[in-house]
Amino acid sequence: MYRLLTSPRARARIGALALAALACVAAPAHAGKTLDGIKSRGQLACGVSTGVIGFAAADSQGQWRGLDVDVCRAIAAAVLGDASKVRWVPLSAQQRFTALQSGEVDILSRNTTWSLTRDAALGLHFAGVTYYDGQGFMVAKKSKVSSAKQLKNAEICVQSGTTTEKNMSDYFRAQGVKVKPVVFDKFEPSIKAFFSGRCQAYTTDASALAFIRAKEAPNPDDYTVLPEIISKEPLAPAVRRGDDEWFAIVKWTVNALIEAEELGITQARVDGLKASPDPAIQRFLGVGEDLGKSLGLDRDWAARAVKAVGNYGEIFNRNVGADSPLKLPRGLNALWNKGGILYAQPLR
Amino acid sequence: MAPRHTARLAQALILAVFLGLAALLATTTAEHLAQRGIRSGFDFLLEPAGFALGESLLAFEPEDTTLRAFAAGLANTLRVALPGVVLALTVGILTGFARMGDNPLLRGLASGAIDAFRNVPLLLQLLAWYFILTDLLPAADAALRLGPGVYLSKSGLALPWWGEQGFETPEIAGFGIEGGARLTPEYLAMLLGLVLYSAAYIAETLRGAVEALPPGQRLAALAMGMTPRQAFLLVVLPQAWRAALPPVTSQLLNLFKNASLAVAIGYPDLVSVAGTSLNQTGRAIECLSIVIAVYLLLSLAAAALSRHLEARSLRGSHE
Repeated sequence: MYRLLTSPRARARIGALALAALACVAAPAHAGKTLDGIKSRGQLACGVSTGVIGFAAADSQGQWRGLDVDVCRAIAAAVLGDASKVRWVPLSAQQRFTALQSGEVDILSRNTTWSLTRDAALGLHFAGVTYYDGQGFMVAKKSKVSSAKQLKNAEICVQSGTTTEKNMSDYFRAQGVKVKPVVFDKFEPSIKAFFSGRCQAYTTDASALAFIRAKEAPNPDDYTVLPEIISKEPLAPAVRRGDDEWFAIVKWTVNALIEAEELGITQARVDGLKASPDPAIQRFLGVGEDLGKSLGLDRDWAARAVKAVGNYGEIFNRNVGADSPLKLPRGLNALWNKGGILYAQPLR
Repeated sequence: MAPRHTARLAQALILAVFLGLAALLATTTAEHLAQRGIRSGFDFLLEPAGFALGESLLAFEPEDTTLRAFAAGLANTLRVALPGVVLALTVGILTGFARMGDNPLLRGLASGAIDAFRNVPLLLQLLAWYFILTDLLPAADAALRLGPGVYLSKSGLALPWWGEQGFETPEIAGFGIEGGARLTPEYLAMLLGLVLYSAAYIAETLRGAVEALPPGQRLAALAMGMTPRQAFLLVVLPQAWRAALPPVTSQLLNLFKNASLAVAIGYPDLVSVAGTSLNQTGRAIECLSIVIAVYLLLSLAAAALSRHLEARSLRGSHE
């Protein structure tokens, strides 16, 4: 029996079995190969949310739309020359990090908060903030609550799988107030429970509250969003560690979208501006210096990204801002020289 | 070698190979996680959980450890599953009797209920019960008063019970009802859904077992001068029960496993706690393996108990 186990054939067989089992757990990591993989596939695999209007949601024609979606389309345009060459992978909050870690997606652009634990312990790199959010509360107007501090002993509906539960618990502990969370794993039951009156408040990121109040409430005027913003939620796309070249491409595409707004390069004007005498614009559009080379891309990468989805301001307005049903103000997400904190590292 | 020994050895070998594979899988996974800079290990269990639970049988505060959060989640699972088992058995047996009884109205009602509850997916039933409860019941400040200190509202069923200040009677205050004990709509919907779903299967199993018995048994009992009632209770039922016991216990085991759907309607069970912990810590493999291990242990314990019951019920039948 012992001989059987140690015979080369048996070992080979066991080895093959073990390998097959391992293949299910983890595909081998190739540093620096993400871009090669995308090019040979001809497609960018982009992890998005399963449906948050304004950030990532499929419309009635099955087209993915939203701010997170446009970030991926911009990267596909920069890298592959075609913004439509994206494979959308809708991910739940629980699935998202595993999907990125295991290589199922090349980028996670899924309203994900950049925090120390996630950055340091999950094998990820966050590639620059695309939306500055914060957590808030919504209540029914008839409850006469005007501040989150009045929510003593309230039951608060919340969707699980986010930083929301912990923020809420931190905030009320600091206030010395006890509340009872009612935690749902899916979005729909969580808001249905709130609007049926099961909970006295609903909590999530302020951008989502605006959407829920406008689109899901039986009568939006019966509900109000409280003034307190209890957390910082910088939402950022993330990539796997171990591929610095790919990290740089994602990081600089995000920067390029913001820089385009700073420079006044819009989707409509991008071709016409190639004749601009401004050296910064020339650099951006690859007319003068070739910035793409250091990223392993061609000289038109940034121009293509802006041509595909517009600059950051256009992306914002179309998906969550003035031209969208959400009508969110720019707030923190305005440029640094226009009252916000959005600031692109210089493209030079 | 005697055939028995060969069989033993083969079994041991298969087990060894299996354990070897499992070990290889575990070490390689750990290695890959380390390569990718993903922190792993169970150390997070002793860190403060940082999140609160809406209701908990076991006292739990956000400062407590994640381990205690898992324990509180397990306690909440048992809090719904154990009464669920008792109630499902009771309701199932009564429905089974009604289904087989002489009263045509009861028979029709039982058969309709069994069909409805068996044929709609449990998750849908849970969501339906939950939204029926939260939609139909009045808000907490206009709670239905069912008796002294007994209130029913969107906040659940409030009952007089021993609390921090001794025996407390619930009162309408602030955002809801304070004092005494409370069964939340999440808990009630969970219990109701699990009990009715399992009871429908138990009732059908029971009927099947009774009908599978040779009719001669009942006829012989009647011929010996027993009343139909005596024949059913003393001759038919004891034999049918023996046949029904294994599928009934397996159905009760399913009830335990189905309790893991709780997170869909906001009840903080073990799976819900694991999901939240997973998201706070990113330890996906660790959190899920805890849930798997706990369910495996629960199921094995329940299976051992059911084997013991079956062995006892068979005792004396083969003399």
